[in-house]
Parts: sequence; C-alpha cells; structure tokens
Amino acid sequence: MCLAVPGEVVRWLQREVPFSEAEVRFGGILRKVNMLCVPEATVGEYVIVHAGIAISKIDAQAAAELLSQVSEMELDEWRRGAAE
Amino acid sequence: MNQDHQGLQCPMSTVSSAGVVDLAIGEGAKASRLFLDTFIHNRFKNQTLQRRDDAAMLNCEALELAFTTDSFVVEPYFFPGGDIGKLAVCGTVNDLCMVDAEPKWLSLGLILEEGFPLGDLSRILDSVEHWCRKAKVDVVCGDTKVVPKGKVDGIFINTSGIGRRVKTNVSSDSIVKENDVVLVSGPIGCHGMSVMAARNPGLVETDIESDCGLLLPLVQTLRNQDVPVKAMRDATRGGVAAVLHEWARQFDVSISVDEACVPVRADVRGLTELLGLDPLFVANEGTMVVVVDSIFATAAVEAMRSVSIGVGATRIGKVHAGRRNPVTVVRGLGKEIPLLEPTGAPLPRIC
Amino acid sequence: MKYVDEFRDRQRCQLLCERILKNATRRWTIMEVCGGQTHGLLKFGIEEALLERVQLLHGPGCPVCVTSKAAIDRAIAMSFIPDVVVVSFGDMLRVPGEKLSLLQAQTAGGQIHTVYSPLDAVKLAASHPNRKFVFFAVGFETTLPATAIAILQAESLGLTNFFVLMSHVRVAPAMEYILEMGTTHIDGFLAAGHVTTVTGISDCQELAENYKVPIVVTGFEPLDLLIGIERCVKLLEAHEHGVVNQYQRVVSDSGNIQAQAVIKDVFEVADQDWRGLGLVPGGGFRLKPLYQRFDSNKLCTDSELAIQNAYRDSARNFPENECRSGEVLTGSIKPKDCPLFGVQCTPQTPFGAPMVSSEGACAAYYHYTLFDSSGGPKNSSRSLS
Repeated sequence: MCLAVPGEVVRWLQREVPFSEAEVRFGGILRKVNMLCVPEATVGEYVIVHAGIAISKIDAQAAAELLSQVSEMELDEWRRGAAE
Repeated sequence: MNQDHQGLQCPMSTVSSAGVVDLAIGEGAKASRLFLDTFIHNRFKNQTLQRRDDAAMLNCEALELAFTTDSFVVEPYFFPGGDIGKLAVCGTVNDLCMVDAEPKWLSLGLILEEGFPLGDLSRILDSVEHWCRKAKVDVVCGDTKVVPKGKVDGIFINTSGIGRRVKTNVSSDSIVKENDVVLVSGPIGCHGMSVMAARNPGLVETDIESDCGLLLPLVQTLRNQDVPVKAMRDATRGGVAAVLHEWARQFDVSISVDEACVPVRADVRGLTELLGLDPLFVANEGTMVVVVDSIFATAAVEAMRSVSIGVGATRIGKVHAGRRNPVTVVRGLGKEIPLLEPTGAPLPRIC
Repeated sequence: MKYVDEFRDRQRCQLLCERILKNATRRWTIMEVCGGQTHGLLKFGIEEALLERVQLLHGPGCPVCVTSKAAIDRAIAMSFIPDVVVVSFGDMLRVPGEKLSLLQAQTAGGQIHTVYSPLDAVKLAASHPNRKFVFFAVGFETTLPATAIAILQAESLGLTNFFVLMSHVRVAPAMEYILEMGTTHIDGFLAAGHVTTVTGISDCQELAENYKVPIVVTGFEPLDLLIGIERCVKLLEAHEHGVVNQYQRVVSDSGNIQAQAVIKDVFEVADQDWRGLGLVPGGGFRLKPLYQRFDSNKLCTDSELAIQNAYRDSARNFPENECRSGEVLTGSIKPKDCPLFGVQCTPQTPFGAPMVSSEGACAAYYHYTLFDSSGGPKNSSRSLS
C-alpha cells in the first residue's frame, strides 16, 4: 500500500501546523503537499509523497549508493557480454 | 413587443436579457428561428445550410462515401487545448480521415440545458466554425434542442460526418501481419489527463494541454509521400491499448509495445505517476496509431514528423503472429508482460 | 522523472537478475507484504525472471483486499443518507461488500466522491457546511498520518460535518500472524518500504529476532525490488537474520518522528477484522477518546443504517464463500493454484477481493502473467529488438 511518488519542493506556502504545505513538482505538474511530517525540507530538496502528504525526504547520497550497488564497471562488462 | 400565440413575451428578448438558453429556443417557433439566425446562420454561411431545407442535398462524385457519427459530452466543456466544439469537429473529421476519406460535410446536433450561458455557447460555436474552416468542411444541417435544467450537463453535441474517398493509400491486400511496425504520431495521454486536471481543480496545478486536433495533415502527408499505410486509427477512449486490442482481434495477430519507446510528456507522466495510471489507457484526441510494413517504417516516421501535429511521431511496437496474449508491453526487465484490454475508465489509486 | 527513472534502468535490472540467479546456491522463499511490491514484482517481470532461485510469495499486503465487508457495507449504507457524502480513495470503489461495491452504489444513487487525499475531503467539508462528509479511511500505516492530519485540520477549523469511517490496518501483526501459522514455509521477508518510512524498523526487528528471519526493508521500483531480494538471499546464504534497510534514501531506522507523533495523538491500536483472515489482534486502529466526535459511528444509529440497507436486498450476494483469499493472502497457495482463477474468477467476474483490487495478488497475476496455449503461465524471454 504504497504508491508514493518523489517530487521536488518548489516553494513553501505556509508553515503553520497542521496546515503546513509546500508546492511540489512531479515531472511536469505541481501539487500542494502537506509538509507536517517533513518540516525541515528545503526548496530544491526531494520528498516522497503519499495521499497528499510528504512522508519523507529523499537522501540523494543514499540514492547514489544504492545505484552504485550495480557499478558502472560491472555494467560495461555486462554490455560487452550482451553485445557478443 | 411581439408576442407568440401563447401570450408570452418575445422569447428572444427574454433570452438575450437573461443571457442564458431558454426552453423556447428548442420549441421550433419564432424563438428557435431567431436563435438559429443569430447563432447558427451567422456563423455557418455555406449555401446548403442557408437554404434552411429540412435536409441537405449533397452533390459529389466519389468512388465511395464514408459516413460516421459521434457524440460529445465532455465535462468541463472548456479545457486547456480545446473545448467541446473543437472536439466535436476534430473527433468526427478524424474518424473520416482514418478511413482515408476526404471530409466534406458535417451535421451539428446540439442538446442544451435550460440556463446554459449564451456567452459560452457563442464561444463553443465560434470554435466549431473555426475548426470546420481549418478542416475544410461545411456544416450543412443540424438541430437544436433545449431540455429542462438538470437533464443534461450543460451541452451535448452530436456531429455526423460524410467524406468521400477519391484516392486511397490503403492497398487492397493490406493485411496487418507479422513483422509489421506500429507507430504513434505523438506523445500520448494528453487529452485524458488535461480533462481530468480540469475536472478536479484542486488536484494539481498544471496546464497540460489536450492534444485535440486534426489528423488530416498526417494522413495527407503519408499519402503524398507514397507511404502505404496498413491500418490507422485515432486513439480515443481506452487509449492506445484499446486500438491495439481492436487490431489484434480484427487481424488475428498479437502486438507488442516497448514502454521505453512510447512518448509521454513530462507533465502527463507526472500526473499519471501520481495517480497510478498507465498512459497507454488514457484517452487522446489528436494522436493516431499507424501500422506499416517494416520497410516503410522510417519513411512513415519522417513523413509524420514533417507536419506540426506529428513532430513527436515514433515507432512503438511490432506485430507478431496471433498468440494467447493479444497485446503485450516490454517493461522492467525487457520481458513481455500482457497489457489487458481496458475495461472501464481508469481509476486513480493510492495503493 | 528523477528518483524514478534511474531505478527503472533496464540494463541495471537485467544485470542484477543474472547476478541473483548466479549467486544463489539453492532456491529460497521470500514473502513481501505490500500490494505495491506485489504489483511491481509482477508488472516488471521480476517474479518470473527469478523463478529458478527465488520463490516470491505475496502476503496480505493489499489493505483494500483486507478491508472488512462490514466497513464497505457501512460506507455504502451511509452514502444513501440524504445529506451525507462518502469520500473514498479510487482503490476502494470496485470492491464489493456483502453484495455491492461503492461504484455500484453510486450508480444506484449513493452519494460517493473520489479523492486523492483525505485532506481533500476536509476541504470539501469546509466548503460545503450543509452536507456531512464521511472519509472512508483505509490503508496501512503509510496512509495513517494523512488521516490523522485530516482530523487535526478538521478540529482546527472547528468542522462539525467531517467524519471518518475507520478501517486502517497494521502490517506487523499480519506478518506475525503468518509466521505463527507456520503452514507456509517462508525463509525471509521484504518489508514494505513506505510503511517503514513512517513506523521505522522496530516492529520488524522484533519479528526478525523472535522468528529468526531476515527482513529487508525494500523500495518499489524494479531496481529497489531486485536489490532487496538480492540482499535477502545473501543474508539467507550466510544464515543471518535481522533487519537490513535497503531503502535508505527514504527510510530512516527510526521512521518519521512527526508522523508517529500525529498518529499517537489521534489513534490507538485496536483489534481488527481482516477480510480473508479473520480477527487480527492489534491489527488496526481506532480514534482516541479525544477525537471520538469524528467517528462516523456517531453519525447515525444502526437502525437508520438498516433502513438504508433495504435497497440492497434485491442484489445477489457476492459469491465469496468459494473464494480462497485467506490461503492466497497468507501465501499458502498462489492465485494460479486456485481452480477458479482466470476461468470463472476474473477482474470482471470476481469471487473475492484479491481479484478486484488493483493491488490484490490475484489481480496482479491475472494482469501481468503470460499464459501459454494450455492455459498455464509461461516464461517468455522474447524481447522487442
């Protein structure tokens, strides 16, 4: 149960709880998202949004680390193998 | 002030002072005539319609006539990229183009809700007139009915269209078969998402524009460039998925699509991701799917891209012999996954 | 889209698949308890690709499937009360209660409105003071904070026309239920990444310790799923148990503190009836006494609901007694093992909730599994190029 989508915080609209919200961009659209659970998110950071509320910030470093579990080197080697 | 035989005031003055549609407009009496003069005959000035006969006499020399009809009930009736009037013309004209007929004549049937703003009606009819001119078709007959408040959602339009087949690009033995290539004329899902966003103003802020438009230039360019088309269809309700299923049934083949090749605009992508929808099931109104022999695939894409409505044209899939799964999509790991036939309107989900 | 496309990279996924198949020394059985992960594993062809070395089981991770019939019927009945509008997520619309679904009730004249967020339901209530709005609150802990915030907003606005029909469910008790059952052999688990985003990993740690299983917190995109599975297999190969977080870009071990605070403020844990499983102790939530006035039970008496229920008498019962959803939800059987699957039971003619809900295991199998000419699923390695 879990369709949560990453979006970029574009602009804070208000900070007062429980109505704190920010404008978040998903691909090419904007939606107002409740930020009560992620008050520390800043403009330019990414949050993950479910049912209209942000439930977490996205840690760019951790994202990069996960991707690196399949290294570029390994990928190159695999591509070479696939081409043969 | 004139009065009709029932002792009421001149309905036209009532209508114009209130600025909304009145039941009297659909009654066939003086109010109807005045309405038609002001709203219809002032706009659609072809000789056939001006005769005001009960039926239009149409003169044409043709190998074959194409005849189609469609009704339009879109809500809201104004949306980014179009309106119900534009849809009513483009939708029917596109259907004629899809059978390679040159669109010539339209009928225009209006069902209006009592109280419908005349200002909106004017805008919609202006749009109808504009797009008829662009499509080079004439509105040669029509009808207007008014129903009590609540019986219809503002405005419903029906257009029937006649086109003539003068020369066709579709060869007589054009059977869709294994190894044929499937193309799309541009990014998909724009109309459905545009209307959904317009219908739910609080949902997102976006100006996703409907792709509503005329496919005629695409068909003409394919014909002019001598690209033989085996099948073509505009991907309206049910989206591209519905068209592929229709073809799989019609030609007894199966079709696979590569998700990575299907063009989707960033804003449409964002909204479909947010709502958990698949763009392949979302309605379009100015995008067509085409099947050509593989040797013509590149030429077909180039021809479509030479026209503004086709700049996003690209290959999306391939035809195979008939299999248990008529339509499949390559996603994720590069394996084919079935794409089931759309069964109803896609519902947004949070799961 | 950033943070989506990179995790759907086809080549990385193919490489990872091969890596898992190569490095596993035997076949392992891993269960996930999240409809979104069920959906992803099937939609992206991961289950099929790993079949040789990993048997993927799907637990009761679809909150729509496990929402009780009584709750759905209550929502339907309320939708017929003159000044009441039932507000629901789209997911719930097609699932029948005893006889009808919300969508069918809507066709029959029930006042039902779909929203993307419970906060939209609050806005509706605020702008329509002369109607009463009942939000049908379903979902795991991922969705719970949204409902909590909705109630806090309604309280702040002083709304007297906003209510909640509570049907939220808790994942950990369901996982424990399955582990206690012991009938299904499970080597390891993938923990639902978005639930743990809210709750943190403490519930999973307790389970991992008590039952000596590895539990890997996993995301939803194909790469996330594969990395989660690979990690779980590695732990199994090394005979290790415990919780490992492989969704760190979103999940912190302690979870989301603010979300936990609002949940604790508004709700308390309660026993809950899970459709297909029966009573799950501590498997749900109820409103705390301070917020009882938002409970939709206050809205009308049972006798008033009985009058509303009268319309349904002519409808046929949903043929659920032949449905084996309990066995499917606990991973005891796979949907394709059910004799009704794909033949009499389809999304258009469902016998149970897991076939109706878009996240249900049966629906996911039906939509995403290739069938060969003999009717059974088959592997296909054909690609487009």
